[in-house]
Amino acid sequence: MKPAPFAYHRPTTLAEALETLAGESYAKVLAGGQSLVPLLSMRIAAPHALVDITAIPGLDTIEVSEAGVRVGALVRHADLLAHPDVRRVQPLVPEALAHVAHATIRNRGTTVGSIVHADAAAEMPVVLSLLGGSVEAASTGGTRTIPAEELFLGPMESALRPDEIATSAFFPALPAGAGVAFEEISRRQGDYALAGVAAVVHGESVRAGFVSVSDVPTVVDLTGVPDDELGEAALAHLDPAEDIHATAGYRAQLVRTLVRRVVTKAREAAA
Amino acid sequence: MSEELHRIRLSVNGVTREVELPARRLLSDALRHDLGLTGTHVGCEHGVCGACTVLVDGQPVRACLMFAVSAVDTEITTVEGLTREDGSLGPVQQAFAECHGLQCGFCTPGFLTTVTACLRENPHPSHDEAREMVAGNLCRCTGYQNIVKAVERAAELADPQHPDGQRPVGQQPDAPVEVQR
Repeated sequence: MKPAPFAYHRPTTLAEALETLAGESYAKVLAGGQSLVPLLSMRIAAPHALVDITAIPGLDTIEVSEAGVRVGALVRHADLLAHPDVRRVQPLVPEALAHVAHATIRNRGTTVGSIVHADAAAEMPVVLSLLGGSVEAASTGGTRTIPAEELFLGPMESALRPDEIATSAFFPALPAGAGVAFEEISRRQGDYALAGVAAVVHGESVRAGFVSVSDVPTVVDLTGVPDDELGEAALAHLDPAEDIHATAGYRAQLVRTLVRRVVTKAREAAA
Repeated sequence: MSEELHRIRLSVNGVTREVELPARRLLSDALRHDLGLTGTHVGCEHGVCGACTVLVDGQPVRACLMFAVSAVDTEITTVEGLTREDGSLGPVQQAFAECHGLQCGFCTPGFLTTVTACLRENPHPSHDEAREMVAGNLCRCTGYQNIVKAVERAAELADPQHPDGQRPVGQQPDAPVEVQR
């Protein structure tokens, strides 16, 4: 299918983009388009207007500091994955990025776009949650910082208002002595995961984020849980669903296997 | 009610052409319908199959997941741009022909563009890396084994140091390239 008609705007400044967005009744922001364009083509979404932000300078920067990694709205997954310093400051970002779709999709898709798309089957929203990151949102009224725990409201629903543009995301640095790991299982490499787990271990603290086994990106605190109970402790907070790719029971079994494996790897990385 | 048209310039295979099209025209459709470059094939139209893959500024990208109006200011390469200046096959194309890396050929343009870009980044892929290069493209005929062989053969053909190596596309050979059968 083809997308329904829409008005197309290609502003060259953020201020112009925000004005345009504020003036439209139902507009979507277009950056990489790897999630939005299929929704339009399948007519799951039919906004009246698209605001293409790819011609706005300054949104494609990656800032790495000791505090963490700030990723601009136009940074492609591939650019973030290839950045030489990101792994040193926050290794979970590249470890998870390597699982985001195929290289061809990563060449175009943006990390910030994937986060605000708020798909619980995607890697980067839950990574942002697990790390306690945030998104910077701009509107004609000013800017605000949305912490990850307030960002994901429902299935593919973020706290971003219709007149706001997510201009960057911030992934906090990994504290010294902490370890991370990420693993997922999919039918074919690059497909959506049947289930995926990210974990951060820091001293006694064990926290894990889960991909594709809940409606919203979900982080579970597993501190103090014995290894052979990790799976059930996690599943108490998850809701694996059945679809054509896997039964709910199989997804639950993947959670049990993966969470133990990933927590072990994160502990090893911390040591 | 007529739909608003946008007059834009697209630079495809080194040639800049002006087209007038609605904003919702996918890049894949613009290449085929507006520019007549039907080498880019349209399969699933939602980014899964990889048949429509083209190079945007040298990087493989799904043409069905981009609007033509967003492709201004980029340099696009389609499968038509992978041949040599004299019209003979480029190394990846020749390797697919030699290794029977295609049957019906529908998916082939997407493989050719993807592999061309990947070999530029990694000219000497391991067997696993060769498999990973084509992981994002679906083929329903070949069973992939000959496609992976073609990737490895293309790496040889694109390597000037290899006995069968060709010159890179874009450079005229001094003598006709011998095609091995």
